[in-house]
Amino acid sequence: MSGITTPSTTVIPFPRLRRWLLAVPLLLLVAYLVLADNGAVSQTGTFLHELMHDGRHLLGVPCH
Amino acid sequence: MVRTLLVRGLLLGLLAGLVAGGFAFVVGEPHVDSAIALEEAAAQAAHGHETPATEADHDHGVEVGRPVQKAGLFLATGLYGLAVGGVFALVFAGLRGRVGPRSDGQLALAAAGTAFVAIILVPFVKYPANPPAVGDPETINGRTWLYLVMILVGLAATAIAVATARRVSGDPWARRLAAAAGFLVPVVAAWVLLPPVNEVPGGFPATLLWEFRLASIGTQLVFWTVFGVLFGWVSDRAVRRRAPVVLAPV
Repeated sequence: MSGITTPSTTVIPFPRLRRWLLAVPLLLLVAYLVLADNGAVSQTGTFLHELMHDGRHLLGVPCH
Repeated sequence: MVRTLLVRGLLLGLLAGLVAGGFAFVVGEPHVDSAIALEEAAAQAAHGHETPATEADHDHGVEVGRPVQKAGLFLATGLYGLAVGGVFALVFAGLRGRVGPRSDGQLALAAAGTAFVAIILVPFVKYPANPPAVGDPETINGRTWLYLVMILVGLAATAIAVATARRVSGDPWARRLAAAAGFLVPVVAAWVLLPPVNEVPGGFPATLLWEFRLASIGTQLVFWTVFGVLFGWVSDRAVRRRAPVVLAPV
């Protein structure tokens, strides 16, 4: 028999994952600011909208 | 372990986002420029030509000029990649060894492909991307919510597909059929039941709309392909380094 023994994937226990889930709201906030904010959260008026304008259109999210 | 995956997702997401930005810049920007030219011509015709004030109440070029918006494209796709890559890495950490292929590389490819279908393609088929000049600014909130609902439908349909497939035992093709049905039923129901959005102004060139939409879905395809392959490659290499592949003797 010839073969390749690949190391088996380790399951990461959920308790060890849990504290990293705090990063998710932060990452979603970044995505929101890039894709959808029109000044309500960033408090920069339409500046962020204008700066991210072409990206919003070409990434496919509703823009204006 | 989780930290390594998260950093990997953030960095490779940023990189894939910049690559997708390059594609969008080359393939998409000419269509954005054409659409803005049409929008400005329409605004001029509506307000009369000798009022420079039309520029001021116009959406584009108020605070940020076109060259800066084109640089902003890379900022947007880069940050998008960073955020999406980080979330992907944490989902990947949770799926590992629980759902999907056992090898890290294969799991990365499968998860990236699934993500593209569930959160990009499913919303796109119902609410495709629009160039500037298409879409009524008054309805942006409603359209954004509908788009978000379609993303959630795609994610829920994926979970339903996995859960349905796990209830079927025996023939793997029966499992795959169950997964396909579990995915398609909610997705098609949402496509049929959610309200349509059609705000393309009369006389807007069909070719421009079509080519813009292809450029848009192409940008996402480039992102998810590059990201999935890089994440899979780096993950496989990391596994091999930790525990080198053992070639059993003949």
